[in-house]
Amino acid sequence: MSLKALTYLVVGMSFALYIGIALWSRAKNTGDFYIAGKGVSPIANGMATAADWMSAASFISMAGLIAFLGYDGSVYLMGWTGGYVLLALLLAPYLRKFGKFTVPEFIGERYYSKAARVVAVICLIFISFTYVAGQMRGVGIVFSRFLEVNVTVGLIVGMAVVFTYAVLGGMKGITYTQVAQYCVLIFAYTVPAVFIAIQLTGNPVPQLAFGSEVLGTGSTLLDKLDDIVTSLGFTQYTTGTKSKIDVFCITMALMVGTAGLPHVIVRFFTVPKVKDARISAGYALLFIAILYTAAPAVGAMARLNLIHTVQPGDVGAADGNLEYANRPGWFDTWQQTGLVTFDDKNGDGRIQYYNDRNANFALQAERFGWQGNELEVDRDIMVLANPEIAGLPDWVIALVAAGGIAAALSTAAGLLLVISAAVSHDLVKGIIRPSMSDKHELLVGRIAAAFAILVAGYLGFDPPGWVAQVVAFAFGLAAASLFPAILLGIFFKRINKQGAIAGMLAGLVFTYGYIEFFKGLFLKWAGAPWGENLASNWLFGISPEGIGVVGMGINFAVATGVSLFFPPPPAAVQKMVEDIRVPTSREAAA
Amino acid sequence: MTSSSLRRDGYWRANLRLVGLCLLVWFVCSFGFGVLFVEQMNHWRVGGVKLGFWFAQQGSIVIFVLLIFFYAWRMNRIDREYDVQED
Repeated sequence: MSLKALTYLVVGMSFALYIGIALWSRAKNTGDFYIAGKGVSPIANGMATAADWMSAASFISMAGLIAFLGYDGSVYLMGWTGGYVLLALLLAPYLRKFGKFTVPEFIGERYYSKAARVVAVICLIFISFTYVAGQMRGVGIVFSRFLEVNVTVGLIVGMAVVFTYAVLGGMKGITYTQVAQYCVLIFAYTVPAVFIAIQLTGNPVPQLAFGSEVLGTGSTLLDKLDDIVTSLGFTQYTTGTKSKIDVFCITMALMVGTAGLPHVIVRFFTVPKVKDARISAGYALLFIAILYTAAPAVGAMARLNLIHTVQPGDVGAADGNLEYANRPGWFDTWQQTGLVTFDDKNGDGRIQYYNDRNANFALQAERFGWQGNELEVDRDIMVLANPEIAGLPDWVIALVAAGGIAAALSTAAGLLLVISAAVSHDLVKGIIRPSMSDKHELLVGRIAAAFAILVAGYLGFDPPGWVAQVVAFAFGLAAASLFPAILLGIFFKRINKQGAIAGMLAGLVFTYGYIEFFKGLFLKWAGAPWGENLASNWLFGISPEGIGVVGMGINFAVATGVSLFFPPPPAAVQKMVEDIRVPTSREAAA
Repeated sequence: MTSSSLRRDGYWRANLRLVGLCLLVWFVCSFGFGVLFVEQMNHWRVGGVKLGFWFAQQGSIVIFVLLIFFYAWRMNRIDREYDVQED
């Protein structure tokens, strides 16, 4: 069977599975639709959270980013896992005790204000749509490469599948589909990683291969990599180029952002008890960690394999570089997508891959007769191309395609659900028509979900930027707006509505403004970006990816400062805060 | 103050102490070992990987998982101690 047919088969089977689950777990009321009737077991919720969480960025892009960034890639590894500690300790149990449907609902009640609820809805929609755009690009890449269909067709198929289970099943359908998607994606990630680990180091556990010796060389994987990349003029793999403060801030912004992402928080509304919310966060991170501890190994091995492929001989030797005529098959297929490019600058018919921006290495490169780096490999494709680079069998490649699609679809569905809940529950039911019946609300929720899918699809055709770039933006906003508002709401009774609203707006405006200023997002027509995105221009040397931390600080400062000028929250609200702090409010004497 | 609100205060303080301790470990293992003092940590090795680099790419994640399970286990005990557990 050809690779294409095999991929159709595997991806088709996974789609049939998701739709089957959706039909089996249809939502009957708004409780099912928003929070799966609070009946999800902590382990199932952990898996669903893991699938919800691990997006196209985690599955497709992350190992590739690490492969090219080395130590600097640590920001994603720590940043996208450490937030679960904050969630488990600071948010999840209390929000579960609160026991309602959405994040804006909590903010609206805690700050006794419809305005606060609307601000939270705006933050949520902003965050979730930027994030979903990244997923849709992921779906597009996988479809266009592996199913060899037009990106448009691929997107429509993906949208139709999400539509079926998100609109029919709501949170209940999404949760059980995500459990299946987790199994698909973790299997798809692990299988090629195991194969490659055995090929390179003889150790079948990718997490351990990370520190193992490369077969037949006598040096460990990372030492070998450090040697070979420095011999090509790159920075040592195990040290970075980013400043310490920037690494610190990006990591912190991603962690806090994780804890402030509505589609992640809402998952902890679905479990039966407060103690389930705590342990469920543990299971979620355990399931996430299986992929996240393999990713640095996958990244390092992919980088080594790539360099071995294009530089089979000694650096600088006349026949050290791969002849273009002898290029492997994956080279051509990826070149067609434009994600691998080769330009024979010195006309020797061989591929030179090195760091041509290193002034110290330039002299040496000139002596070799190299006239610039000739190979560009898009970071987003490393995981997808990895099995091909390592020469693994076709069924592994088909599996990776299904895994990438599972990762993107599961995250997209979770995001679409919180968007639709924010519209139907917070805006329509909460503010515009409080008298609406449960049945009508369910219908509005379904319509909002359908509409959100169309917008997400549109953003997929015309993405506003790189996957990683827009996702970083979503994290910065979550860190600067929702996370502080929720945290203060639980831990500080004195924070009132004026403080919370001012804090959220200040954090949001500052963070958005900074990112727009250096990267340009929605105001490109007005001349954005206005500042050159260079370390020397940044505030305190913090890049736009890490600026959410400063936004968070501003939010905390403004919220506490403004609160002091206005009366404390009403007694009923203070009582509510006391209630959410304990798992039961039993009044019997101990 | 009623005995139940005293009990609540005690419960909340016990919770904050535990959260504080866990967050300290969380910070030291990721930002401390993996970022701020990564060069110093890199003088040692664990399983063929420089220690600081290992904390930044794998170790911190392992610690995070253990930390949440530890917190959930301790909190369940504190819940029972102060008689605020569910069921």
